[in-house]
Amino acid sequence: MTDVLTPPAPEAAPKPPRSPWRDVWDQFRSHRGALAGLVIFTLFLLAAAVGPYIWRVDPTFITIRARNLGPSWTYPLGTDQLGRDMLARMIAGGRISIAVGLTAMALSLVLGTLVGMLAGFFRRLDGPLMRLTDLFLSLPLLPLLLVMVMLFRESLSQRFGPETGIFILIVFAIGITSWMQTARIVRGDVLALKEREFVLAARSIGTPPGRIITRHLLPNVMSPIMVSATLGIANAIITESALSFLGLGFPPDFPTWGRLLFDAVDYIRDYPSRVIWPGVAISLVVLSANYIGDGLRDALDPRIRGR
Amino acid sequence: MKLKTALMGAVAAVALAPQAIAERGADGHVNIIYWQAVSILNPYLSGGTKDIEAASMIIEPLGRYDNNGVLVPWLAAEVPTVENGGVAQDLTSITWRLKPGILWSDGTPLTSADVVFTWEYCTHPEGGCAQASKFDGVVSVEALDELTVKVTFAGPMPVPYGPFTGGQGPILQKAQFQTCLGAAAPTCTDANFGPVGTGPFVVTDFRPNDVIQMAANPNYRDPAKPRFATVTFKGGGDAAGAGRAVLETGEFDYAWNLQLAPPVLAGMVAAGRGKAISAFGTLVERIEINLTDPSPSLPEGERSTRKHPHPILSDLRVRKALSMAIDRETLVEIGYGQAGRPACTIVPSPPNFASTRTDCLAQDIAGANALLDEAGWVRGPDGVRGKDGRRLSLLYQTSTNAVRQDFQALIKQWWSEIGVETELKNINAGVFFGGDPGSPDTFQKFYADVEMYANNFDGTDPQAYLSAYRCGNEPRPETGWQGENINRYCDPAYDALLDELARTADFEERGRIARQLAEMLTVESYTILPLVDRGRVSAHANTLGGVVLNTWDSELWNVADWYRIK
Repeated sequence: MTDVLTPPAPEAAPKPPRSPWRDVWDQFRSHRGALAGLVIFTLFLLAAAVGPYIWRVDPTFITIRARNLGPSWTYPLGTDQLGRDMLARMIAGGRISIAVGLTAMALSLVLGTLVGMLAGFFRRLDGPLMRLTDLFLSLPLLPLLLVMVMLFRESLSQRFGPETGIFILIVFAIGITSWMQTARIVRGDVLALKEREFVLAARSIGTPPGRIITRHLLPNVMSPIMVSATLGIANAIITESALSFLGLGFPPDFPTWGRLLFDAVDYIRDYPSRVIWPGVAISLVVLSANYIGDGLRDALDPRIRGR
Repeated sequence: MKLKTALMGAVAAVALAPQAIAERGADGHVNIIYWQAVSILNPYLSGGTKDIEAASMIIEPLGRYDNNGVLVPWLAAEVPTVENGGVAQDLTSITWRLKPGILWSDGTPLTSADVVFTWEYCTHPEGGCAQASKFDGVVSVEALDELTVKVTFAGPMPVPYGPFTGGQGPILQKAQFQTCLGAAAPTCTDANFGPVGTGPFVVTDFRPNDVIQMAANPNYRDPAKPRFATVTFKGGGDAAGAGRAVLETGEFDYAWNLQLAPPVLAGMVAAGRGKAISAFGTLVERIEINLTDPSPSLPEGERSTRKHPHPILSDLRVRKALSMAIDRETLVEIGYGQAGRPACTIVPSPPNFASTRTDCLAQDIAGANALLDEAGWVRGPDGVRGKDGRRLSLLYQTSTNAVRQDFQALIKQWWSEIGVETELKNINAGVFFGGDPGSPDTFQKFYADVEMYANNFDGTDPQAYLSAYRCGNEPRPETGWQGENINRYCDPAYDALLDELARTADFEERGRIARQLAEMLTVESYTILPLVDRGRVSAHANTLGGVVLNTWDSELWNVADWYRIK
């Protein structure tokens, strides 16, 4: 039992009030899976962020004489069929995959919140925006992505270089095809919230709509947004891996986790570890992101909190 | 128990065998997998090997090359020669006589009019033809009677067997294609997807880039053949999947072109369900260099056309440096093992025509660097060379295949050592080799600086193959992006030498000219960088009999003779 449950002594007046985030954290801590997920996710983030500075091996450097090696001190995860260091490739792959996941999530969050808020708050926009959401929901994601890659890859890589160009394309493609859930959740919450007394009160003293949204509504829908954010990361990482696995997405010499899987499939019988490493990494990151989301949902809901 | 079963099986086999031999379609169904899916069944509209080979089950040429590279009569009664009077004494014409009594699959007779029509179809001025070089030097094709056709050449043609032979020269039915001439050719979907043929099979269902269902041709000339009643010709997937489907799971009976790393293939064969078969022919994996500017900033229709020479690769020294940086021995070791040899020429065989120059084999990074310095490309702060504000940066495309992506990675690293930045791109093989003029990603359109694939030629004489690089034969919008001069190479001296080759009858002299032509393209101008002389590797199930791997013609050349081993 945590000390959350102990009711604050009424006579202890000088003690500063507990911040709500502290309550959230205490509740979050009690969710073991979420905590484990947070630890693992942070580890992966750290590995991706500082890994290349510690393990200074070029992930694309080919050492022809060191092909298909097993784990050793020089190559902790072994080497691939061209003698490239697997650990360096895993780190580089994680960097790209996680970066794509985070950026695409941010984009879809902004889009989803914007659409949901507008649809929920302004009655006239509700119909058109929600039909737009339905339209996007009914689009098949992968075929759409394939078409986008085919159409825009060349012009983007021409303008921003092959890596940045395709990064922008993939982030954009995933972002604009995964905002719909967030939009629906936000709209539902806003519809309920805007009839509540404090919003009516704010409206009655003449608060302009913009202010109402930023001061009163947005903070109150933060919790569903954060939950869908964590789920969005997982989703984006999986989509990127699927694209790379199909041989699309990043150029072939660019290690992402999906591409590592794709390259290793031919060797699955002789060198199964090459499939296992990226596979495990994808699963762990996605699973931990989901657990974090789960824990956050519980922690951010005052009705569940403390139970 | 096992012995008993075996004995009973043997008895049953003996009892059934005589019947099976006598009957068409007695062996049921055969499954063939080509990991590059077939997009069209008209070889005149596609340069893709997979299309040509699939079509070879349905439509046939007058003569084919057998597994020893010898021309054998197919629809013709015999191979015309000077001795039997089929070839004129002055070598300016050849007269083919068709076998009498051959029927199209719709029951109408094959006549010389069909042969004449095929020539008209491919040489129509308003349409592009993927096999135009087969008809190089042909002035006229005329029907002398119902079964006799005379091909007349502009000058003496020492090897007059180009037109109407091999998988690239099958006969089309006039009745079916006569409304499809010229610009209308690609619009005749029914005909292009289901040609009426004389071959052992007819198309019953064709799904482009997916699967073809075929059935035995009821009018096939040999009443006992083909032994299989139906065929499923599946396309798509990748080489590893195709290899597994035959060698490990046994879902398919024949898999084509298993371009797999040597240890991967060995692992599959160890499963014991089938055999990998290989033979060396004329297939050479190469890097083609684009001599025209593929920049997307150019208007559509001018990209990769001769209107705009390539800003970087027009310089011979750059092309030579790119070649010098490549270590071909290592490529062979990584990608092909026993099934490959380093190559410096695009005509590795037969010996009379194969250049013996090996000066491309030694890797020389220092020399390549010196050459680029001399050409005025100076290294920038990030190690990439530049000149006049332009970076030495190349887009390098190929089809999606594990071995090819390994090659890309290796070559990128070598090129980075000489200060060349490389952007890699891989394209689904079905699209890359599909020949669809609407797609920007075909190897003919060549919207990249360099591209890698393999190519070979039918038969044993490279004249038609070398004619592909004649000026004017390049794919361009006016030809519907058909054409074989992929590099947009244009050298009057080369064309003159080609004409000389066409006039020369002496075998030794022909060898000398052909070697010189191939060298002009490779070790002299570095327009094509040959990498590996590839053996063809295919696989068939242990239960499929009659397979004879042929590297000189379509691999499915004798599909009528295939049978089920019971």
